[in-house]
Amino acid sequence: MYPFSFTKVSDTQGALAAGRRGGRYIAGGTTLVDLMRETVERPETLVDISALPLREVTVTERGGLRIGALVRMAEAAAHPKVRALYPVISQALELSASAQLRNMATIGGNIMQRTRCTYFRDVTAACNKREPGSGCAALQGFNRTHAILGTSDQCVATHPSDVAVAFAALEARVHLLGPDGARSVAFADFLLRPGSTPNREQALRQGELITSVEIPAHPRPLKSGYLKVRDRQSYEFALTSAAVALHLRGGVIHEAKVAAGGVGTVPWRLPEVERHLIGERPSPALWTQAAQQAAHEARPLEHNRFKIELLQRTVERQLRIVGGTP
Amino acid sequence: MRVGEPGRLGCTRAGPASRVALKVNGVLESIEVDHRTSLLDLLRERLDLTGTKKGCDAGACGACTVLVNGDRVNACLTLAVRLQDAEITTVEGLATADDDLHPLQQAFIDHDAFQCGFCTPGQIMSGIGCIEEGHTGSAEEIREWMSGNICRCGCYVNIVRAVEQTAHAR
Repeated sequence: MYPFSFTKVSDTQGALAAGRRGGRYIAGGTTLVDLMRETVERPETLVDISALPLREVTVTERGGLRIGALVRMAEAAAHPKVRALYPVISQALELSASAQLRNMATIGGNIMQRTRCTYFRDVTAACNKREPGSGCAALQGFNRTHAILGTSDQCVATHPSDVAVAFAALEARVHLLGPDGARSVAFADFLLRPGSTPNREQALRQGELITSVEIPAHPRPLKSGYLKVRDRQSYEFALTSAAVALHLRGGVIHEAKVAAGGVGTVPWRLPEVERHLIGERPSPALWTQAAQQAAHEARPLEHNRFKIELLQRTVERQLRIVGGTP
Repeated sequence: MRVGEPGRLGCTRAGPASRVALKVNGVLESIEVDHRTSLLDLLRERLDLTGTKKGCDAGACGACTVLVNGDRVNACLTLAVRLQDAEITTVEGLATADDDLHPLQQAFIDHDAFQCGFCTPGQIMSGIGCIEEGHTGSAEEIREWMSGNICRCGCYVNIVRAVEQTAHAR
Protein backbone atom coordinates (compact mmCIF):
# COMPACT_ATOMS: atom_id res chain seq x y z
CA MET A 1 0.00 0.00 0.00
CA TYR A 2 1.21 3.48 -0.82
CA PRO A 3 1.50 5.98 2.04
CA PHE A 4 -1.25 8.55 2.38
CA SER A 5 -2.23 11.41 4.61
CA PHE A 6 -5.43 11.11 6.58
CA THR A 7 -8.07 13.51 7.78
CA LYS A 8 -11.45 12.97 9.42
CA VAL A 9 -14.14 15.57 8.77
CA SER A 10 -17.13 16.34 10.97
CA ASP A 11 -19.42 18.17 8.54
CA THR A 12 -20.18 18.27 4.82
CA GLN A 13 -18.49 21.64 4.33
CA GLY A 14 -15.26 20.23 5.74
CA ALA A 15 -15.64 17.21 3.49
CA LEU A 16 -16.17 19.32 0.38
CA ALA A 17 -13.17 21.49 1.22
CA ALA A 18 -10.98 18.39 1.58
CA GLY A 19 -12.51 16.87 -1.55
CA ARG A 20 -11.81 20.01 -3.55
CA ARG A 21 -8.14 19.71 -2.57
CA GLY A 22 -8.10 16.24 -4.13
CA GLY A 23 -8.88 14.18 -1.02
CA ARG A 24 -10.49 10.80 -1.57
CA TYR A 25 -13.60 10.06 0.48
CA ILE A 26 -13.66 6.87 2.54
CA ALA A 27 -16.80 5.51 4.22
CA GLY A 28 -16.96 1.74 4.80
CA GLY A 29 -13.67 1.27 2.99
CA THR A 30 -14.40 -2.32 2.02
CA THR A 31 -13.54 -1.70 -1.64
CA LEU A 32 -11.07 1.15 -1.29
CA VAL A 33 -8.76 -0.38 1.35
CA ASP A 34 -8.71 -3.68 -0.52
CA LEU A 35 -7.73 -1.97 -3.78
CA MET A 36 -5.16 0.24 -2.03
CA ARG A 37 -3.49 -2.90 -0.73
CA GLU A 38 -3.42 -4.24 -4.29
CA THR A 39 -1.99 -0.82 -5.31
CA VAL A 40 -4.80 -0.46 -7.85
CA GLU A 41 -5.93 2.59 -5.90
CA ARG A 42 -3.24 5.06 -4.81
CA PRO A 43 -4.91 8.02 -3.10
CA GLU A 44 -2.56 10.62 -1.63
CA THR A 45 -5.13 11.74 0.95
CA LEU A 46 -8.02 9.89 2.54
CA VAL A 47 -10.94 11.88 3.92
CA ASP A 48 -12.95 9.93 6.47
CA ILE A 49 -16.59 10.93 6.04
CA SER A 50 -18.11 8.39 8.44
CA ALA A 51 -19.07 11.09 10.96
CA LEU A 52 -21.20 13.07 8.50
CA PRO A 53 -24.94 13.21 9.24
CA LEU A 54 -26.00 11.08 6.27
CA ARG A 55 -27.35 8.06 8.11
CA GLU A 56 -31.11 8.54 7.95
CA VAL A 57 -33.70 6.45 6.13
CA THR A 58 -36.79 8.58 5.57
CA VAL A 59 -40.10 8.22 3.75
CA THR A 60 -40.43 11.17 1.36
CA GLU A 61 -43.50 13.40 1.18
CA ARG A 62 -44.52 11.71 -2.05
CA GLY A 63 -44.27 8.27 -0.46
CA GLY A 64 -40.89 7.26 -1.79
CA LEU A 65 -37.81 6.51 0.26
CA ARG A 66 -34.58 8.37 0.87
CA ILE A 67 -31.59 6.37 2.06
CA GLY A 68 -28.64 8.35 3.42
CA ALA A 69 -25.31 7.67 1.74
CA LEU A 70 -23.71 6.54 5.00
CA VAL A 71 -26.43 4.08 5.99
CA ARG A 72 -24.66 0.77 6.22
CA MET A 73 -25.84 -2.08 4.02
CA ALA A 74 -26.91 -4.12 7.05
CA GLU A 75 -28.93 -1.20 8.45
CA ALA A 76 -30.63 -0.46 5.14
CA ALA A 77 -31.53 -4.11 4.58
CA ALA A 78 -33.03 -4.47 8.06
CA HIS A 79 -34.88 -1.13 8.08
CA PRO A 80 -38.62 -1.78 8.50
CA LYS A 81 -39.58 0.79 5.86
CA VAL A 82 -37.18 -0.70 3.31
CA ARG A 83 -38.44 -4.21 4.04
CA ALA A 84 -42.08 -3.18 3.83
CA LEU A 85 -41.98 -0.88 0.81
CA TYR A 86 -39.14 -2.29 -1.31
CA PRO A 87 -38.26 -5.91 -0.48
CA VAL A 88 -36.19 -5.97 -3.68
CA ILE A 89 -33.72 -3.61 -1.96
CA SER A 90 -33.53 -5.65 1.25
CA GLN A 91 -33.09 -8.88 -0.68
CA ALA A 92 -30.41 -7.46 -2.97
CA LEU A 93 -28.50 -6.17 0.05
CA GLU A 94 -28.76 -9.36 2.08
CA LEU A 95 -27.60 -11.43 -0.89
CA SER A 96 -24.48 -9.23 -1.14
CA ALA A 97 -21.05 -9.84 0.35
CA SER A 98 -21.07 -11.20 3.91
CA ALA A 99 -22.59 -10.15 7.23
CA GLN A 100 -19.25 -8.62 8.27
CA LEU A 101 -18.87 -6.60 5.07
CA ARG A 102 -22.50 -5.46 5.23
CA ASN A 103 -21.82 -4.13 8.73
CA MET A 104 -19.04 -1.95 7.28
CA ALA A 105 -20.06 -0.99 3.75
CA THR A 106 -22.39 1.93 3.06
CA ILE A 107 -25.07 2.58 0.44
CA GLY A 108 -23.04 5.40 -1.15
CA GLY A 109 -19.93 3.26 -1.20
CA ASN A 110 -21.83 0.33 -2.62
CA ILE A 111 -22.79 2.17 -5.79
CA MET A 112 -19.24 3.58 -6.01
CA GLN A 113 -17.58 0.17 -5.76
CA ARG A 114 -15.17 -0.86 -8.51
CA THR A 115 -15.42 -3.91 -10.73
CA ARG A 116 -14.26 -7.36 -9.59
CA CYS A 117 -12.60 -8.01 -13.00
CA THR A 118 -9.43 -9.93 -12.10
CA TYR A 119 -7.41 -8.06 -14.72
CA PHE A 120 -8.42 -4.71 -13.24
CA ARG A 121 -7.33 -5.96 -9.82
CA ASP A 122 -4.01 -7.33 -11.14
CA VAL A 123 -1.64 -4.38 -11.63
CA THR A 124 0.56 -6.47 -13.96
CA ALA A 125 -2.28 -6.94 -16.48
CA ALA A 126 -3.40 -4.56 -19.23
CA CYS A 127 -6.50 -2.65 -18.14
CA ASN A 128 -7.91 0.50 -19.74
CA LYS A 129 -9.96 1.19 -16.64
CA ARG A 130 -6.92 1.22 -14.37
CA GLU A 131 -4.44 2.60 -16.89
CA PRO A 132 -6.10 4.24 -19.91
CA GLY A 133 -4.58 3.12 -23.20
CA SER A 134 -2.91 -0.01 -21.84
CA GLY A 135 -5.45 -2.39 -23.40
CA CYS A 136 -7.94 -4.93 -22.06
CA ALA A 137 -6.57 -8.31 -21.00
CA ALA A 138 -10.09 -9.67 -20.52
CA LEU A 139 -11.01 -9.44 -24.21
CA GLN A 140 -8.70 -12.34 -25.10
CA GLY A 141 -8.32 -13.62 -21.56
CA PHE A 142 -10.45 -15.64 -19.20
CA ASN A 143 -13.73 -13.77 -19.47
CA ARG A 144 -16.35 -16.19 -18.17
CA THR A 145 -17.64 -13.72 -15.56
CA HIS A 146 -17.49 -10.61 -17.73
CA ALA A 147 -20.24 -8.51 -19.28
CA ILE A 148 -22.35 -9.31 -22.34
CA LEU A 149 -24.21 -5.99 -22.37
CA GLY A 150 -22.92 -2.43 -22.59
CA THR A 151 -19.39 -3.48 -23.43
CA SER A 152 -16.92 -1.70 -25.68
CA ASP A 153 -13.66 -2.69 -27.35
CA GLN A 154 -11.98 -0.92 -24.41
CA CYS A 155 -13.65 -2.68 -21.46
CA VAL A 156 -15.93 -5.65 -20.71
CA ALA A 157 -15.95 -5.48 -16.90
CA THR A 158 -19.23 -5.87 -15.01
CA HIS A 159 -20.51 -3.56 -12.32
CA PRO A 160 -20.54 -5.82 -9.23
CA SER A 161 -23.28 -4.27 -7.10
CA ASP A 162 -26.56 -6.04 -6.36
CA VAL A 163 -28.47 -3.18 -4.79
CA ALA A 164 -27.56 -0.96 -7.75
CA VAL A 165 -29.61 -3.34 -9.90
CA ALA A 166 -32.60 -2.76 -7.61
CA PHE A 167 -31.96 1.02 -7.74
CA ALA A 168 -31.86 0.88 -11.56
CA ALA A 169 -35.14 -1.02 -11.71
CA LEU A 170 -36.84 1.37 -9.28
CA GLU A 171 -35.61 4.48 -11.17
CA ALA A 172 -33.73 5.87 -8.20
CA ARG A 173 -32.08 9.28 -8.09
CA VAL A 174 -28.67 9.99 -6.60
CA HIS A 175 -28.44 13.19 -4.56
CA LEU A 176 -25.06 14.93 -4.70
CA LEU A 177 -23.43 17.81 -2.93
CA GLY A 178 -20.50 19.60 -4.48
CA PRO A 179 -18.56 22.84 -4.50
CA ASP A 180 -21.31 24.31 -6.73
CA GLY A 181 -24.14 23.17 -4.45
CA ALA A 182 -26.61 20.31 -4.49
CA ARG A 183 -27.93 18.46 -7.54
CA SER A 184 -29.48 15.10 -8.29
CA VAL A 185 -28.86 12.63 -11.10
CA ALA A 186 -31.06 9.83 -12.37
CA PHE A 187 -29.52 6.52 -11.39
CA ALA A 188 -29.50 5.48 -15.04
CA ASP A 189 -27.18 8.43 -15.74
CA PHE A 190 -25.05 8.10 -12.62
CA LEU A 191 -23.12 4.97 -13.56
CA LEU A 192 -21.39 5.27 -16.92
CA ARG A 193 -20.86 2.64 -19.59
CA PRO A 194 -17.18 2.25 -20.47
CA GLY A 195 -17.29 3.43 -24.10
CA SER A 196 -13.87 4.87 -24.88
CA THR A 197 -13.30 6.11 -21.30
CA PRO A 198 -13.66 3.08 -18.98
CA ASN A 199 -11.68 4.96 -16.32
CA ARG A 200 -14.69 7.31 -15.91
CA GLU A 201 -17.25 5.29 -13.98
CA GLN A 202 -19.67 7.80 -12.43
CA ALA A 203 -21.14 11.14 -13.40
CA LEU A 204 -19.40 12.80 -10.47
CA ARG A 205 -17.54 16.09 -10.50
CA GLN A 206 -14.33 16.67 -8.58
CA GLY A 207 -15.02 16.71 -4.85
CA GLU A 208 -18.72 15.84 -5.12
CA LEU A 209 -20.23 13.79 -2.35
CA ILE A 210 -23.18 11.40 -2.51
CA THR A 211 -25.62 12.46 0.18
CA SER A 212 -28.48 10.01 -0.42
CA VAL A 213 -30.20 7.69 -2.86
CA GLU A 214 -33.89 8.41 -3.36
CA ILE A 215 -36.41 5.83 -4.51
CA PRO A 216 -39.42 7.54 -6.07
CA ALA A 217 -42.94 6.58 -5.03
CA HIS A 218 -44.36 3.69 -7.02
CA PRO A 219 -48.02 2.72 -7.20
CA ARG A 220 -49.11 0.37 -4.40
CA PRO A 221 -49.28 -2.50 -3.88
CA LEU A 222 -45.88 -3.11 -5.41
CA LYS A 223 -44.58 -6.66 -5.38
CA SER A 224 -40.83 -6.85 -5.75
CA GLY A 225 -37.86 -9.12 -5.25
CA TYR A 226 -34.29 -9.95 -6.25
CA LEU A 227 -32.86 -13.21 -7.55
CA LYS A 228 -29.11 -13.85 -7.69
CA VAL A 229 -27.46 -16.72 -9.56
CA ARG A 230 -23.83 -17.53 -8.80
CA ASP A 231 -21.17 -20.23 -8.63
CA ARG A 232 -21.70 -20.71 -4.91
CA GLN A 233 -24.79 -19.99 -2.89
CA SER A 234 -23.47 -17.18 -0.73
CA TYR A 235 -20.60 -14.67 -0.34
CA GLU A 236 -20.10 -14.52 -4.10
CA PHE A 237 -20.78 -12.08 -6.92
CA ALA A 238 -23.58 -12.64 -9.42
CA LEU A 239 -23.18 -14.45 -12.72
CA THR A 240 -26.68 -13.16 -13.46
CA SER A 241 -29.32 -11.50 -11.32
CA ALA A 242 -32.75 -9.97 -11.74
CA ALA A 243 -34.58 -7.22 -9.87
CA VAL A 244 -38.32 -7.24 -10.56
CA ALA A 245 -41.09 -4.94 -9.34
CA LEU A 246 -44.70 -5.38 -10.49
CA HIS A 247 -47.90 -3.44 -9.81
CA LEU A 248 -51.11 -5.25 -10.73
CA ARG A 249 -54.64 -3.79 -10.84
CA GLY A 250 -57.65 -5.99 -11.51
CA GLY A 251 -55.37 -8.85 -12.44
CA VAL A 252 -53.55 -6.79 -15.10
CA ILE A 253 -49.90 -5.66 -14.95
CA HIS A 254 -49.95 -1.85 -14.81
CA GLU A 255 -46.33 -1.26 -13.93
CA ALA A 256 -43.30 -3.48 -14.53
CA LYS A 257 -39.73 -2.61 -13.58
CA VAL A 258 -37.04 -5.11 -14.49
CA ALA A 259 -33.24 -4.85 -14.36
CA ALA A 260 -30.41 -7.36 -14.52
CA GLY A 261 -27.04 -7.65 -12.79
CA GLY A 262 -23.89 -9.63 -13.49
CA VAL A 263 -24.34 -9.17 -17.22
CA GLY A 264 -23.81 -5.47 -17.90
CA THR A 265 -20.99 -2.98 -17.59
CA VAL A 266 -23.60 -1.08 -15.55
CA PRO A 267 -26.81 -2.34 -13.89
CA TRP A 268 -28.95 -3.23 -16.91
CA ARG A 269 -32.52 -2.04 -17.22
CA LEU A 270 -34.64 -4.27 -19.49
CA PRO A 271 -37.29 -2.00 -21.13
CA GLU A 272 -38.24 -4.58 -23.78
CA VAL A 273 -39.08 -7.09 -21.07
CA GLU A 274 -41.14 -4.42 -19.29
CA ARG A 275 -43.02 -3.46 -22.48
CA HIS A 276 -43.92 -7.10 -22.99
CA LEU A 277 -45.56 -7.23 -19.56
CA ILE A 278 -47.54 -3.98 -19.40
CA GLY A 279 -51.27 -4.46 -19.92
CA GLU A 280 -51.05 -8.25 -19.79
CA ARG A 281 -52.40 -10.79 -17.34
CA PRO A 282 -49.81 -12.96 -15.57
CA SER A 283 -49.33 -16.42 -17.04
CA PRO A 284 -46.43 -18.84 -17.37
CA ALA A 285 -46.37 -18.18 -21.12
CA LEU A 286 -46.15 -14.41 -20.52
CA TRP A 287 -43.15 -14.79 -18.19
CA THR A 288 -41.39 -16.97 -20.78
CA GLN A 289 -42.08 -14.62 -23.69
CA ALA A 290 -41.09 -11.49 -21.76
CA ALA A 291 -37.86 -13.04 -20.50
CA GLN A 292 -36.90 -13.96 -24.07
CA GLN A 293 -36.39 -10.21 -24.63
CA ALA A 294 -33.76 -9.95 -21.88
CA ALA A 295 -30.60 -10.56 -23.87
CA HIS A 296 -31.36 -9.52 -27.43
CA GLU A 297 -28.56 -6.90 -27.46
CA ALA A 298 -26.02 -9.26 -25.89
CA ARG A 299 -22.51 -9.55 -27.32
CA PRO A 300 -20.93 -12.59 -25.68
CA LEU A 301 -17.20 -13.17 -25.33
CA GLU A 302 -15.35 -16.45 -25.70
CA HIS A 303 -16.21 -17.86 -22.27
CA ASN A 304 -19.50 -16.22 -21.28
CA ARG A 305 -21.99 -17.16 -24.01
CA PHE A 306 -23.80 -19.21 -21.35
CA LYS A 307 -24.90 -15.96 -19.71
CA ILE A 308 -27.45 -15.30 -22.49
CA GLU A 309 -29.64 -18.26 -21.62
CA LEU A 310 -28.84 -17.99 -17.92
CA LEU A 311 -30.06 -14.38 -17.95
CA GLN A 312 -33.30 -15.28 -19.74
CA ARG A 313 -33.95 -18.06 -17.25
CA THR A 314 -33.07 -15.84 -14.30
CA VAL A 315 -35.50 -13.14 -15.44
CA GLU A 316 -38.22 -15.70 -16.18
CA ARG A 317 -37.88 -17.34 -12.78
CA GLN A 318 -37.95 -14.01 -10.96
CA LEU A 319 -41.01 -12.85 -12.90
CA ARG A 320 -42.71 -16.07 -11.81
CA ILE A 321 -41.61 -15.62 -8.18
CA VAL A 322 -42.74 -11.99 -7.95
CA GLY A 323 -45.76 -12.16 -10.26
CA GLY A 324 -46.98 -15.56 -9.18
CA THR A 325 -48.46 -18.15 -11.44
CA PRO A 326 -52.23 -17.88 -11.53
CA MET B 1 8.80 8.21 -6.66
CA ARG B 2 7.12 8.46 -3.30
CA VAL B 3 8.64 7.53 0.02
CA GLY B 4 7.62 4.05 1.01
CA GLU B 5 6.60 3.04 -2.51
CA PRO B 6 5.64 -0.66 -2.53
CA GLY B 7 8.06 -3.07 -4.14
CA ARG B 8 10.97 -0.65 -4.07
CA LEU B 9 13.99 -0.45 -1.81
CA GLY B 10 12.89 1.17 1.42
CA CYS B 11 9.24 0.34 0.84
CA THR B 12 8.88 -0.47 4.51
CA ARG B 13 9.86 3.06 5.47
CA ALA B 14 7.28 4.82 7.54
CA GLY B 15 4.57 6.84 5.86
CA PRO B 16 2.44 9.50 7.51
CA ALA B 17 1.22 8.39 10.95
CA SER B 18 -1.29 9.48 13.59
CA ARG B 19 -2.02 8.64 17.19
CA VAL B 20 -5.19 6.70 17.88
CA ALA B 21 -6.77 5.83 21.23
CA LEU B 22 -9.03 2.80 21.36
CA LYS B 23 -10.16 0.10 23.76
CA VAL B 24 -9.15 -3.47 23.04
CA ASN B 25 -10.84 -6.10 25.21
CA GLY B 26 -11.53 -3.41 27.78
CA VAL B 27 -7.96 -2.07 27.88
CA LEU B 28 -7.37 1.48 26.71
CA GLU B 29 -4.52 1.68 24.19
CA SER B 30 -2.97 4.79 22.69
CA ILE B 31 -0.72 4.04 19.74
CA GLU B 32 1.01 5.90 16.93
CA VAL B 33 0.03 4.11 13.70
CA ASP B 34 1.21 4.44 10.12
CA HIS B 35 -2.02 5.26 8.26
CA ARG B 36 -1.68 2.05 6.25
CA THR B 37 -1.96 -0.13 9.36
CA SER B 38 -5.01 -2.36 9.42
CA LEU B 39 -6.76 -3.21 12.66
CA LEU B 40 -5.63 -6.78 11.99
CA ASP B 41 -1.95 -5.84 11.89
CA LEU B 42 -2.36 -3.52 14.87
CA LEU B 43 -3.73 -6.42 16.93
CA ARG B 44 -1.19 -8.98 15.80
CA GLU B 45 1.99 -6.97 15.32
CA ARG B 46 1.67 -4.15 17.86
CA LEU B 47 -0.52 -5.53 20.65
CA ASP B 48 0.66 -9.15 20.45
CA LEU B 49 -2.93 -10.38 20.18
CA THR B 50 -2.32 -13.14 17.64
CA GLY B 51 -5.63 -14.94 18.16
CA THR B 52 -7.13 -12.94 15.30
CA LYS B 53 -5.84 -14.59 12.12
CA LYS B 54 -4.70 -13.21 8.77
CA GLY B 55 -6.09 -15.43 6.04
CA CYS B 56 -6.60 -13.52 2.79
CA ASP B 57 -6.01 -9.92 3.92
CA ALA B 58 -8.66 -8.94 1.37
CA GLY B 59 -12.06 -9.33 3.03
CA ALA B 60 -12.66 -12.67 1.35
CA CYS B 61 -12.33 -15.25 4.15
CA GLY B 62 -13.48 -13.96 7.55
CA ALA B 63 -10.48 -15.28 9.51
CA CYS B 64 -9.85 -11.80 10.93
CA THR B 65 -13.41 -11.17 12.16
CA VAL B 66 -13.57 -9.08 15.34
CA LEU B 67 -16.23 -6.92 16.97
CA VAL B 68 -15.92 -3.15 16.57
CA ASN B 69 -18.41 -1.33 18.82
CA GLY B 70 -20.31 -4.60 19.01
CA ASP B 71 -20.56 -5.27 15.28
CA ARG B 72 -18.67 -8.09 13.56
CA VAL B 73 -16.35 -6.72 10.86
CA ASN B 74 -13.29 -7.73 8.83
CA ALA B 75 -10.25 -6.38 10.69
CA CYS B 76 -8.13 -6.64 7.52
CA LEU B 77 -10.21 -3.98 5.75
CA THR B 78 -10.43 -1.69 8.78
CA LEU B 79 -7.81 1.05 8.94
CA ALA B 80 -6.62 1.44 12.54
CA VAL B 81 -6.33 5.22 12.20
CA ARG B 82 -10.13 5.40 11.79
CA LEU B 83 -10.81 3.74 15.16
CA GLN B 84 -10.48 6.71 17.54
CA ASP B 85 -12.58 5.88 20.68
CA ALA B 86 -13.71 2.53 19.25
CA GLU B 87 -14.21 -0.56 21.41
CA ILE B 88 -12.73 -3.73 19.97
CA THR B 89 -13.40 -7.28 21.12
CA THR B 90 -11.14 -10.08 19.92
CA VAL B 91 -11.18 -13.80 20.65
CA GLU B 92 -8.78 -13.13 23.55
CA GLY B 93 -11.44 -10.99 25.18
CA LEU B 94 -14.13 -13.67 25.40
CA ALA B 95 -13.08 -15.80 28.36
CA THR B 96 -13.97 -14.46 31.80
CA ALA B 97 -11.39 -13.48 34.41
CA ASP B 98 -11.42 -16.95 35.95
CA ASP B 99 -10.80 -18.44 32.51
CA ASP B 100 -14.29 -19.74 31.89
CA LEU B 101 -14.67 -20.09 28.16
CA HIS B 102 -17.40 -18.19 26.35
CA PRO B 103 -20.35 -20.54 25.66
CA LEU B 104 -19.61 -20.48 21.93
CA GLN B 105 -15.95 -21.35 22.52
CA GLN B 106 -17.13 -24.31 24.63
CA ALA B 107 -19.66 -25.26 21.96
CA PHE B 108 -16.90 -25.38 19.32
CA ILE B 109 -15.09 -27.91 21.52
CA ASP B 110 -18.29 -29.83 22.30
CA HIS B 111 -19.19 -30.18 18.62
CA ASP B 112 -15.68 -30.67 17.24
CA ALA B 113 -16.26 -27.61 15.08
CA PHE B 114 -12.66 -27.22 13.90
CA GLN B 115 -9.78 -29.22 12.52
CA CYS B 116 -6.71 -27.08 11.82
CA GLY B 117 -8.15 -24.24 13.90
CA PHE B 118 -6.97 -21.39 11.71
CA CYS B 119 -10.43 -20.03 10.91
CA THR B 120 -11.81 -20.78 14.37
CA PRO B 121 -11.28 -17.38 16.09
CA GLY B 122 -12.98 -15.66 13.16
CA GLN B 123 -15.77 -18.23 13.14
CA ILE B 124 -16.35 -17.72 16.86
CA MET B 125 -16.38 -13.91 16.65
CA SER B 126 -18.67 -14.10 13.64
CA GLY B 127 -20.90 -16.61 15.44
CA ILE B 128 -21.25 -14.21 18.37
CA GLY B 129 -22.33 -11.50 15.93
CA CYS B 130 -24.72 -13.89 14.20
CA ILE B 131 -26.37 -14.80 17.52
CA GLU B 132 -26.57 -11.14 18.63
CA GLU B 133 -28.20 -10.21 15.32
CA GLY B 134 -30.77 -12.95 15.78
CA HIS B 135 -30.01 -14.84 12.58
CA THR B 136 -30.15 -18.30 14.13
CA GLY B 137 -33.73 -19.33 13.32
CA SER B 138 -32.68 -22.40 11.37
CA ALA B 139 -29.56 -24.23 10.24
CA GLU B 140 -30.11 -22.70 6.80
CA GLU B 141 -30.25 -19.18 8.22
CA ILE B 142 -27.10 -19.77 10.26
CA ARG B 143 -25.30 -21.05 7.16
CA GLU B 144 -26.28 -17.95 5.17
CA TRP B 145 -25.35 -15.48 7.91
CA MET B 146 -22.08 -17.30 8.66
CA SER B 147 -21.08 -17.51 5.00
CA GLY B 148 -18.52 -14.73 5.43
CA ASN B 149 -16.28 -17.25 7.20
CA ILE B 150 -14.58 -19.82 5.02
CA CYS B 151 -13.37 -23.08 6.60
CA ARG B 152 -10.86 -24.84 4.44
CA CYS B 153 -11.23 -28.05 6.48
CA GLY B 154 -14.97 -28.12 5.80
CA CYS B 155 -16.24 -28.13 9.39
CA TYR B 156 -19.42 -26.29 8.46
CA VAL B 157 -21.88 -28.89 9.76
CA ASN B 158 -20.34 -28.80 13.24
CA ILE B 159 -19.88 -25.02 13.19
CA VAL B 160 -23.62 -24.67 12.55
CA ARG B 161 -24.32 -27.07 15.47
CA ALA B 162 -22.09 -25.05 17.79
CA VAL B 163 -23.86 -21.80 16.86
CA GLU B 164 -27.27 -23.47 17.23
CA GLN B 165 -26.43 -24.82 20.70
CA THR B 166 -25.21 -21.44 21.92
CA ALA B 167 -28.16 -19.54 20.46
CA HIS B 168 -30.71 -21.89 22.00
CA ALA B 169 -29.01 -21.89 25.42
CA ARG B 170 -29.51 -18.14 25.80
